[in-house]
Amino acid sequence: MQHAYFNLRFLSIVFLSGLLLVNTSCKSCKENQKNKEAGLEDFLTEEDIFDDINKAKKIFYSLPSPLETAMLLKSAGVTYNEGVLNDLGRVDNYSTNKSKALNLGIYTTDLSFASLFDQAQTSIKYMDVTKKLANDMGISDAVDEETMKRLEQNLNNRDVVMDVISETFLNTSSYLKENDQQDVAAMVLVGGWLEGLYIGSQMVGDSPVEGNKLIDRIAEQKLSFSIVERMLQENKLNQKGEENRDIIELINELHGVKMAFDKIEVQTSAVKVEEGGEAEGDMLKSQTKIKVTPEAFKELQAAVQSLRNNFVQ
Amino acid sequence: MNRMKKYLPYMVTLTLVIMLAVPAQAQCKGFAKKLCKLELTGYIHDGNYHAAILTEGEEAELYKTFFAGQKYRLAICGSETLPQIEYQVVDAYKNVLFDNTQHEMAGTWDFSLESSQQLKVMVKVPVTENKSEFPNSGCVSIMFGFQEK
Repeated sequence: MQHAYFNLRFLSIVFLSGLLLVNTSCKSCKENQKNKEAGLEDFLTEEDIFDDINKAKKIFYSLPSPLETAMLLKSAGVTYNEGVLNDLGRVDNYSTNKSKALNLGIYTTDLSFASLFDQAQTSIKYMDVTKKLANDMGISDAVDEETMKRLEQNLNNRDVVMDVISETFLNTSSYLKENDQQDVAAMVLVGGWLEGLYIGSQMVGDSPVEGNKLIDRIAEQKLSFSIVERMLQENKLNQKGEENRDIIELINELHGVKMAFDKIEVQTSAVKVEEGGEAEGDMLKSQTKIKVTPEAFKELQAAVQSLRNNFVQ
Repeated sequence: MNRMKKYLPYMVTLTLVIMLAVPAQAQCKGFAKKLCKLELTGYIHDGNYHAAILTEGEEAELYKTFFAGQKYRLAICGSETLPQIEYQVVDAYKNVLFDNTQHEMAGTWDFSLESSQQLKVMVKVPVTENKSEFPNSGCVSIMFGFQEK
């Protein structure tokens, strides 16, 4: 009798697993069909890389740093406009951990942007506010006197200025991560990343969407947005298992940006490596298909502007 | 009592590992800044910090979007206590784009992209024949540099 019971139980499990498998594969069939109809059967979306996420000891989600963000803006053809940067006078308004972290990221992107366009005096001012915010957050070694002196003495040497900004950001992120403040480190990165999106989308103005390199570069940030989401989800609970209100609030605040990105399609083909010499390195050959309508871009522009203005208040 | 004696060395080691964990973590920052960053000479370090203490046999993964038109250098370093770190870079289709075990265990990889891509860096501390009872642990750091074009 007991034998028959176990057989029945075994059969039920096999049946239910089968149903689940059919359901999953049908879901994937439908997605494949949809891609086929759109002529995108050889392309994957931004979520696919996480499909086989391993149970590795440590998982890092890496966003473009403020320095890389500024570099991307410049290479996309953005010109310098000080009017889009966050007002220096607002630095004293930031009293909560969340606003300090987000604006440390925002000011660091502004600093990187100004430096990349050789705006020496503006760079010094933005370095001062990042130093102030970092100190307020207890990161006293982010920008020390020696760093400030090195910056002031090399204002016309862009390589040194870039190195100083990189070192400063490394000091901040390493301090936060090694002092169990990964959530704060994540907020700093999100602030800096959003500022890059803001500067880029403000610079587009009313330019046409079709064939616009800067708009393509902004749309490609959809790839980074999936990393933003995962990084924040990872920090939703603190080490005690309690909810992190700042992170949950930030996830909710990013909803508008997510909705706007959902209307933009970014799909990538497989990569082929073309080996290069020691000087030029390897070339990763692939294609990225970007579909962004003027309406979708306007929505993204508005969502980014609204959120960024909310952060800098 | 005899049983207790048998496990005593393990308990002592475990306590030591826990006690040393915090300072060792702090050492990763210095290791990344002073040693690993040197591997990016000629490139601008992006400023991001990705380092952790790993033990032989353990793995880490990093997800990042790389952008068209940029020239990148990936540098992966492990502290002296560890064997040479193995790593692979894969795309969303699971194609292996670079495997340092096929390139004389190179610690760096330079590349550019025709189109922007999300890539995964998979890092592994290989297991070595270790004379001591416990596997070695140490800092592993993943760093990125880029060049202004």
